[in-house]
Amino acid sequence: MDAFTQLDGTTAPLDRANVDTDQIIPKQYLKSIKRTGFGDYLFDAWRFLDQGTMGMTPNERQLNHEFVLNLPQYQGASILLARDNFGCGSSREHAVWALKEFGFRAVIAPSFADIFHGNCFKNGVLPIVLDAKIVEEMIAKSDGNLTLRIDLESQTVTDGERSYDFVIEPALKQKMLNGMDDIDMTLDEVELIKTFEAKHKATQPWLFRG
Amino acid sequence: MAQTLYDKIWQAHDVGQRVDGNSLLYIDLQLLHEVTSPQAFEGLQLANRPLWRVDANLATPDHNVPTDGRELGLSGITDEVALTQVLTLDDNCKKFGVEQFDIQDVRQGIVHVVGPEQGATLPGMTIVCGDSHTSTHGAFAALAQGVGTSEVEHVMATQCLVQNKAKNFAVEVSGKLAPHVTAKDLVLAIIGRLGTAGATGHTIEYRGQAIRDLSMEGRMTLCNMSIEAGARAGLVAVDDTTIDYVKGRPFAPKGEVWDQAVVYWRTLISDEDAVFDSVLNIDAADIAPQVSWGTSPEMVCGIDGSVPDPEAMQDPIQAESAGHALKYMDLRPGQKITDIKVDRVFIGSCTNARIEDLRAAAAAIKGGRIADNVKEALVVPGSGLVKAQAEKEGLADIFTQAGFLWRAAGCSMCLGMNPDQLGDGEHCASTSNRNFEGRQGYGGRTHLVSPAMAAAAAVAGHFVDVREIN
Repeated sequence: MDAFTQLDGTTAPLDRANVDTDQIIPKQYLKSIKRTGFGDYLFDAWRFLDQGTMGMTPNERQLNHEFVLNLPQYQGASILLARDNFGCGSSREHAVWALKEFGFRAVIAPSFADIFHGNCFKNGVLPIVLDAKIVEEMIAKSDGNLTLRIDLESQTVTDGERSYDFVIEPALKQKMLNGMDDIDMTLDEVELIKTFEAKHKATQPWLFRG
Repeated sequence: MAQTLYDKIWQAHDVGQRVDGNSLLYIDLQLLHEVTSPQAFEGLQLANRPLWRVDANLATPDHNVPTDGRELGLSGITDEVALTQVLTLDDNCKKFGVEQFDIQDVRQGIVHVVGPEQGATLPGMTIVCGDSHTSTHGAFAALAQGVGTSEVEHVMATQCLVQNKAKNFAVEVSGKLAPHVTAKDLVLAIIGRLGTAGATGHTIEYRGQAIRDLSMEGRMTLCNMSIEAGARAGLVAVDDTTIDYVKGRPFAPKGEVWDQAVVYWRTLISDEDAVFDSVLNIDAADIAPQVSWGTSPEMVCGIDGSVPDPEAMQDPIQAESAGHALKYMDLRPGQKITDIKVDRVFIGSCTNARIEDLRAAAAAIKGGRIADNVKEALVVPGSGLVKAQAEKEGLADIFTQAGFLWRAAGCSMCLGMNPDQLGDGEHCASTSNRNFEGRQGYGGRTHLVSPAMAAAAAVAGHFVDVREIN
């Protein structure tokens, strides 16, 4: 996994609450058997006026010039500002793959849906929870020139003038800072798992068919 | 210390704390389907890792399979990209030795219908699947959670999930549901009260007399939509209804092991003095049949209600969301729900495609035919076995005689990954679980309802109160 230590980037504001993963990446693109190739279809029904299918490139499409991510001032933004409950709905990890491939390495919101939040940490995309009032201020100030520095080690977001602290679970922080692989980490505990499994099989044998 | 049901299942699967402080939770069953597993199988192979426990996995294709032309088998899948996904699942299951109910198997169906039907879902289990509606299996007092593809791969490789324990949320439903008011109406009403993020970070336990009175099918409908209130998992405690349902199913234990299992399963209830972090109290008698009017499952009201006015809403963000939703749905504030016309009807999905759902829908037709303004009404059973049962009971004939299309099992129009989709601007009475923009088809407008409400709307051509037609 890509490590995340520090990010200096411009912001793009998505001023809607309860943005679901069906909006982040619609179903027609889930037929891929790969982890890549989703960036072109991020927020597909909002970014484009025509209905897309897998394999189409953005230059074949009709852009929705009013949608925030298509406005010239937000091109190249790497930090998405969002509202409450971002990433609700389907567990599709394709939503995080699409955001990352499009260029977002961090999402700042007052709250996230659980599964989406977990999926971000599997892919080196940092979801940051800040107070709703602070996010609203950032959304209001996000004119295309708002640059933020996100520093994971010190758990701060700085906008040049002010600095905001954020909370992150220590284990997730270490994993992101070092870009560690979850499976490798768990397999370090293989004896612990095997011991548990033997005991579990003895107490609930009906859970084992093999 | 007194424990909740969730605490008990967690404790029974807590492998121990890892050096970094996170917990490892042992997983008893992983359900696999064609859409979220290929990248996980690929990851496993690239890292040259084996599947930790082959017998803890069960697969079936459901998301993108067409619901007609099933007799053609794989050649019935005309979408080549979808076919590749189904073939990839076939290959992976063969390669890794995973049991699969493939597209030709009568046991094929929606993973969340198939698991319980086969007795693969058992009380007290931990279950994962790369699908957020895995919460369905909580009806059996199983801790069942939807996970992303990286976690699918993690469970394949380690049989564990790295997780922190969630909080406990009690939804207490007292009293009795009125006749023709179902588990679907109940769960929509709960989501309407809690909001779509109301239970984020929690595991819900549904409790109270109205829950005890529900069949297993009803409890599955209820737990299925826990994720729509933000909870990764929902639970119902074990009782006779649970045990009677599981008994004799193909994967369920038999003989002495069955007796031993039942003794343990009987302990899967919250202790009387267990403390919950949050509680919601609801009186079942207050609930009317529900219809969603917006683009989030929390945007719901009774059939006797009307579309709300965003301008009358206190919270500016909520008002803005409702305004967006009404524009997308082409509805106006104050419009009566019964005045909303439907263009298509979908009876199916992991929420409402079990035999009891099909019986309720067929009963609501009452000898009528689908209305002239209804372009298409689809009935998609949750599994091949549900389909066969419904045909045996004569339900399929009732549907087809009324003008409904009778299809083969799959997720179908719930998410429109297969050819069953809404057209741009069409209103649909749907028994599925999500009314998000474009969910059932580009520009489609979904109204979430119970099976009886969907069937009645098909016949009337607009929403009607099933309590009045009965």
